[in-house]
Amino acid sequence: MKDENYLLKGLTLPDGSKSDLEIRNGKISALATALSKGPDVTEIDLSGSVVLPGLVDLHTHLREPGKEDAETVLSGSMAAAKGGFVAVSAMANTSPVADTAGVVEQVYALGQSAGFVDVFPIGAVTQGLLGESLSEIGAMADSRARVRIFSDDGNCVFDPLVMRRALEYVKKFDGVIAQHAQEPRLTSGAQMNEGEVSSRLGLKGWPAVAEEAIIARDILIADHVKSRLHICHLTTAGGVELVRWAKARGIDVTAEVTPHHLLLTDERALSYDPIFKVNPPLRTQLDVEALREGLADGTIDIVATDHAPHPAEAKECEWQEAAFGMLGLESALAIVNQIMVSTGLMSWEAVAERMSYAPARIGRYAEHGQKIAIGSVANLTVINPTLSQRVDRDLVASRSRNTPFHGMDLQGVVTATFFRGLPTYLNGALSPVGVR
Amino acid sequence: MKHLLSISDISKSDAISILDTAQELARVSDGPMKKLPTLRGRTIVNLFAENSTRTKISFEAAAKRLSADVINFSAKGSSISKGESLKDTAQTLQAMGADAVIIRHSASGAAQRLADSRWMSGAVINAGDGTHEHPSQALLDAFTIRKHLSKGASDLAGLRVAIVGDVLHSRVARSNVLLLSKLGARVVLVAPPTLLPVGIESWPCEISYDLDSVIEGVDAVMMLRIQLERMNELFFPNAREYSRYFGLNSDRMRALKSDAIVMHPGPMNRGLEITADAADGARSVIVEQVANGVSIRMAILYLLLAGNQEIGVAL
Repeated sequence: MKDENYLLKGLTLPDGSKSDLEIRNGKISALATALSKGPDVTEIDLSGSVVLPGLVDLHTHLREPGKEDAETVLSGSMAAAKGGFVAVSAMANTSPVADTAGVVEQVYALGQSAGFVDVFPIGAVTQGLLGESLSEIGAMADSRARVRIFSDDGNCVFDPLVMRRALEYVKKFDGVIAQHAQEPRLTSGAQMNEGEVSSRLGLKGWPAVAEEAIIARDILIADHVKSRLHICHLTTAGGVELVRWAKARGIDVTAEVTPHHLLLTDERALSYDPIFKVNPPLRTQLDVEALREGLADGTIDIVATDHAPHPAEAKECEWQEAAFGMLGLESALAIVNQIMVSTGLMSWEAVAERMSYAPARIGRYAEHGQKIAIGSVANLTVINPTLSQRVDRDLVASRSRNTPFHGMDLQGVVTATFFRGLPTYLNGALSPVGVR
Repeated sequence: MKHLLSISDISKSDAISILDTAQELARVSDGPMKKLPTLRGRTIVNLFAENSTRTKISFEAAAKRLSADVINFSAKGSSISKGESLKDTAQTLQAMGADAVIIRHSASGAAQRLADSRWMSGAVINAGDGTHEHPSQALLDAFTIRKHLSKGASDLAGLRVAIVGDVLHSRVARSNVLLLSKLGARVVLVAPPTLLPVGIESWPCEISYDLDSVIEGVDAVMMLRIQLERMNELFFPNAREYSRYFGLNSDRMRALKSDAIVMHPGPMNRGLEITADAADGARSVIVEQVANGVSIRMAILYLLLAGNQEIGVAL
C-alpha cells in the first residue's frame, strides 16, 4: 500500500475550482493546478470529472449472514465501490439478526477482508427485531465493530417506551437510533402508497400518516430525553415538514432520503411489476417534490440508498407475493446528479455534505467525511457529471438484479473510487485494497 | 384486443361490441342446439387459484358451447397448493399449448403479470384478481341492465345505478364503476366511509353514505357481498347495524322506482346485505345475471380467440 502513489489530473473540486490531486501513503499530499508527476507516482487523467469526498451510505442491506443468495458483504462492497462509496452501514436485519457483539464483529471483519469499503455494522435496537426487549447495545458499541447506529430497520420500533429507553441508553456512548417510521397497525398487509393509484389497483394502502405519526412521536421523545434520532428513508411531504419543525426547535434529529424516493412515484405500480415494490413505498409527485426541496435546503441531512438486494424469484411473481426493496448503491450518485445537481437545485459542495460529511458525522465515522485537503485520508469519489449511462441489470456488481432503473439513462458516471488512497474502482474495473 | 385484463383497457365501442355479440350468442343458448363449432381445437385453461363456483362454471360452459377444449386447474389439489409459483404454473400451461388462460387469483394484478410476462404467449382473461377488477362480471352486469332498462339504446345513457356495500374490497365495484360510467350511466357508490378506499375521489362516480337518500332515484341497485371475515376488522360495529343502514330490505324495496331492478354478483349473504324478499322478488334479476354471464363470456372468448370470423352462419 505504501508504495502506491497517484496523481489525479484535471479534476474539478466541489467548490468548482480546478485542481490536480496527489495521493501519497493513503493521504492527500498535494492539491494544486498543474502538479508535476514524481517518479514513484501513477498518473491518471480524470479531466472533466468532479472529485468528492468519498461517499458514505448509512443504509444498506448486505444480506450476510443468512441471505447470501441475494448479496454478500463482498458483492455488496463491490457494488458500493462501483457506485462511488467508501463506507457503508450494514443494516441489522440479517439471519441471525445483528443483535449481539458476535454478529456485528463478524460483519465488520467480512468487510475488512473484502477490502472495497469500510463496512460499519448497524446493531439491532431490540432482540430479534421484535420490538420487545433491548438487544446488547452496549456490547455492540464496545465491540471491535464500534457500533454507533442502532436500528430495527425493516421493522419500526413501535412501542414508545422501548423507543424512549433506546434513545436514552445510546447517550452513554454518543449513539443514535435510526428509526424505520412505520406505524404497524396502520400498515398491516400494506402493499403501496395509499391514495388514488392504490384505490384503482386494489392494492392495500400504506398511508403517509403511518410514517408521519411515528416521526412526530419520536421527535417529541428525542426532545424529551435529549438524545439523537435519525429518521430512515423519509418519503412524505408531511414528514419533511415535521423534520423541518423539529430542527427549527433545536431538536437533535437527522433524516435521510433514498435516490428512488427522489426519482420515482407510485404511478410505477400501475404496471403491477414488483420491481417497484419497496418499503416505505414510492409516493406521489407532490411528495417527491417536497423531498427534493427538503434535501436542497438541508432539512434532509443525507442521501442513503436503502440498497435491498433480492433474488430473482422474490420479484418474478405477483405484486403482493413479492419482497419489498430495490438495489441502490450503483445508481445513487448518478440519480442525485441528474435530479439535484444538473437541475441547479444543489451544488457539489452540498452533495459532499449530504453524501459524505453528514453521514460520516451521524455515524461517528472519524476516518470518513474528511474535507478534500492536504493530510486528509484519501477516500475519494470521482464522477463525470456530463456522461450518461443506461442502467443494465445484467451488468451490476451486486449479486442481485432488482434495480428499478433498468433501461433508464442516468446522467453521471462514477469514473473512480479511491479507498484509503487506493483505487477500488477505476476504468470500469474493481480491485480490493488488500490484494494488489 | 389480445387480453381482457381491466375495463380501463377497453373503449366504449369495444364494450358495446361485446354486449352486442353476447346478445347474438344468447340466442344460441336459448335454442335447441346450444353448441357452436367456432373454437373447435382450441385449448382454454381455467386457472382458478382462488375458490369460485359461478365464474368458473360460467367460463367453462361458455368455452364448451364454443366447442373449445377446457382444462380446469384449481388451487386445491394442484401444484399451486404445493407452493408452485405463478411463473412456473404459467410456463407449464404454455408447454401444454394453452390458447387462452382464464385466471382467478387472490392477488391484485395477477392477470396483468401473466399477460405482461414472457411466461406464456396465450390470451389472458381476468376472471377476478384480488381486490382489483372482475371485468367479465361488469360486462354481464351492463348486459343485464341494458336488456332491462335501455329501451333499445346500445349504451346506458341517462340511467342511474347504485352500487352498495364493501367497495373497498370489491373487484366487482371497480370494474362496474369504470364500465357503467363509460357506457353513459351515472354511478353512485353507497357505503360506510370505512369501506370506501382512500383516493376514490378520482373515480368517475358519486359517493354517498346514505342508502335511503339514494334509493328512490336509481334505476338499478347492485348489492355487494359483505365477506364474513370483515366482521372483526372494525369496518362497522356489527352485522345488525350494517344491515340496518346498508341492507336492501322490504322498506327500501318499496322506495325503489317501479321498474328498477335488483342485482347481486353472488354469492349472497341473505339477511345481511339483502333480505330474502329482495333477493327473490319480482325486481330481482340475480338469477338472470348468471345466465347472462355465460353469454358474455362466450362473447369474450369469441372476440379474443376467433379473430375476424363472422358469427353469422351458425346462427
